[in-house]
Amino acid sequence: MKVLVIEDDQQAASYLAKGLKEAGHVVDAANDGKEGLFLAGSEHYDVMIVDRMLPGRDGLSLVEILRATGNDTPVLFLSALGSVDDRVKGLKAGGDDYLTKPFAFSELLARIEVLVRRRSAAQPQTRLAVADLELDLLSRTVRRAGKSIDLLPREFALLEYLMRNAGSVVTRTMMLENVWDYHFDPQTNVIDVHIARLRQKIDKDFPTPLIHTVRGAGYSLRAPQ
Amino acid sequence: MKAAIPTLRLLRTTPFRLALLYLGLFIISVGVILAVVYRSTAGFLEEEIGATIALEVAGLQDQYRSAGLRGLVDSVRERSGYSHTNSIYLLTTPGGVILAGNLSGWPDATAGPGGWTHFKISDYGGVNNRPSTAMAVSFVLPGQFRLLVGRDMSELDQLRGRMVVSLRWVFLVTVVLGLGGGLLLARGAMHRIEAINRTTHRIMAGDLSGRVPRGGGGDEIDRLAGNLNAMLDQIERLMTGMRQVTESVAHDLRTPLSRLRARVELALIRETDDPEVYRGVLQDTILEADRLLATFTALLSIAEAESGANRKGLEPVRLADVVRLAADLYEPVAEEKGLTLVTDIRAEPTVRGNEQLLAQAVSNLLDNAIKYTPEGGRITLLLEGAGPGQVARVTVADNGPGIPADMREKVLERFVRLDTARASPGNGLGLSLVEAVARLHDASLRLEDNEPGLKVGIVFPPDAG
Repeated sequence: MKVLVIEDDQQAASYLAKGLKEAGHVVDAANDGKEGLFLAGSEHYDVMIVDRMLPGRDGLSLVEILRATGNDTPVLFLSALGSVDDRVKGLKAGGDDYLTKPFAFSELLARIEVLVRRRSAAQPQTRLAVADLELDLLSRTVRRAGKSIDLLPREFALLEYLMRNAGSVVTRTMMLENVWDYHFDPQTNVIDVHIARLRQKIDKDFPTPLIHTVRGAGYSLRAPQ
Repeated sequence: MKAAIPTLRLLRTTPFRLALLYLGLFIISVGVILAVVYRSTAGFLEEEIGATIALEVAGLQDQYRSAGLRGLVDSVRERSGYSHTNSIYLLTTPGGVILAGNLSGWPDATAGPGGWTHFKISDYGGVNNRPSTAMAVSFVLPGQFRLLVGRDMSELDQLRGRMVVSLRWVFLVTVVLGLGGGLLLARGAMHRIEAINRTTHRIMAGDLSGRVPRGGGGDEIDRLAGNLNAMLDQIERLMTGMRQVTESVAHDLRTPLSRLRARVELALIRETDDPEVYRGVLQDTILEADRLLATFTALLSIAEAESGANRKGLEPVRLADVVRLAADLYEPVAEEKGLTLVTDIRAEPTVRGNEQLLAQAVSNLLDNAIKYTPEGGRITLLLEGAGPGQVARVTVADNGPGIPADMREKVLERFVRLDTARASPGNGLGLSLVEAVARLHDASLRLEDNEPGLKVGIVFPPDAG
C-alpha cells in the first residue's frame, strides 16, 4: 500500500515511516500541512495518516479541503487530542478513523488496513462469506458448512464486523468502537470473553478454526490457507 | 500618622462617596428649607410693619383733612414726642422747613416702588440715636407740605441677624452630623468589606482554610460572603483533590515505572545471546507501559468529566440504551466468572448527559462488581424511573464483601483501593471516575449496604431530564 504520513514531529514521522515500511508499505512523508496538501493532491495514495496539529495548516482543514476537491483517499487522524469531542470533530471534517497518541503500532496497522479494505468494498452487501462460513444480513442467519448456527444479536454484530474485515487484524478497541460504539477502554478485557463465546459457536465443532488470535494486537478472521 | 492612612483610604471608598453624595443633596435641601423659613419669617414682619405704617398714614391724613395743618402738626408732635418710640415722623413746609417730627432732616434716599424708602436713622439724628435703619413712606400733602412716616427697623434687623446666626448654626450642625454619620455608616460597611478583603488576602497567601465572617443579617454583603465561602469550599475541595492526585500519581506511578526501568536495565546487564530473553522483557515492558497508559487515560477521563467543559455538550441520553449496552458487554464476563448478572429495566428515562461518560461509569460499576464478587454471586443492574427527588436511578448491586460504612467516602478518592496489597488488578480510579461523571450530571453517587454486598446508585436529580 502507498501511505502518506503528514506529521510535523520528526521523530514520530520517522518512527511511523520505519514501521510502515517494515510492514511492507510504501511511505511518503510531509512535515507540514502545506507540503501534505501538495503531495495528497499530486499523487495517489491508498491511505493517509494525518496529525491534527500541524504547522502551516492544521490537519482538520487539510482534510476538509481534500474532501471538498473530491479526494476520497481514506484518512486516519493521529492526534494527542483524544476526547470524544475531538474525535467527533475529526470524523466530521472527513476523517475515516481516529487514533489517539500514544498508540500501539499494531493498532495503527490494523486500522489502516481495515480502512483501505472498506474503501475497496464499497457496494452494499447482503451476504458475507469466508471459507465455509456464511452470514446473511437480510435473514440474519449464520451457517457454517451448511449447518445453521444460532447467535445472539451482539454476537451476530461482532461476527459481521470480523467478516467484513476478514483477513485483516481487528483490535479490541476497534471492536468496542464499531460493535458497541464504546469510545473508551473498559478496565477488563471484555472483548476476549465475547470472542471466546463466538469461537465456541463458530469454530469449536469444525476442524479448521477461522478466528485467530494475533498476539499483541487482536483477532483476525480468515480462511485457512 | 498610622491612623491617618485608614481614614484617607476610607475617604476613597464607595460607601463613603455615596454617603458624601447623599450629604451634598441633604445640605442643599436643608439650605432651601432654611431660606424659605428665613424669607417667610422676615418678610412677614416687614409686611406687618408696612401695614401699620399705612394705617398711621391714613390716620394722619384724616387729621389733616379735619383739623388742617395745625392739627396735623400737633398730632405729629404728640406722636413723635414719646421717648423710646419706634416710630419716625417728619413734616416739612414746601421750602423744607421742619414743622414737626423726630428727624433732623429729610433723608436723601430715593423712594422705591409705592413711595417706600430705606435709610440710616443715625444720619438724621433720629430716635434714640440708634445706628439702625428705618423704613418709611413719604408723600406730599395738598399745599406742597411733605409728610414722612416710618418705623425704626432695628428690632427687625436684630431679629434677622439672630436668625441668620442660628440658621448658620443649624446648617453647620447639619453638615457636621451628616459628615460624621456618613463616615460612621461608610466605616460600618467598610469594616465588613475589609473583612472580606483580609480573608481573600490570607487565602491568596496560601491559607485556604480562611472563610469570610457573616453578619447574619442576610443582606447583600452577607450573601456575597456566603457565595464567596461556597466558592472557597469548592476551590479547597478541588485543591485538596489535586494535591491528593499529584501525590497519588507520584506514588502509584513511581512503582511501575521503577519496575519497568529495573527490568530493562537487568536485561541489558545480563548479556545473553538468547533473543527470547530480550523478547520476553520487551513484551513485559509493553504490558507494563499499557497499564501505565490505561491509568493515565483514566485520569484524563476523570479530568475531562470534572472540568465540566463537557457540560455544554450534554444532550438527551436514553439511559435504558446505556444500561442495555453495558449489560450486553458484561453479561458474558460475569458468566465466565460464575456470576449471575440480572438486568432489570423498570423505566425508560431520558437525562441530559454525555453518553460515552455515562456508559463508562456504568461499565466501571459492573467491572468492580464482577471483580469483587466471589463465584456463585449475583449482580443486579437496575434502572428506575422517576421517584422522590429523582428522575432516574441506575443501581449496581452485588452480594460480595461490600465496603465497610466508614470506608465508603474513602473509596471515592483517587487511587484508593481497599485491597491494600494491590493483589487484584486495577488502578483505584474506577469509582473516582463514576463520581466525577455523576457530578458532571448533577447526580449523586450513593454507596449503600446491600446486606450483604455493595449497592452503588447514581441518582439523577429531577431537573436532569
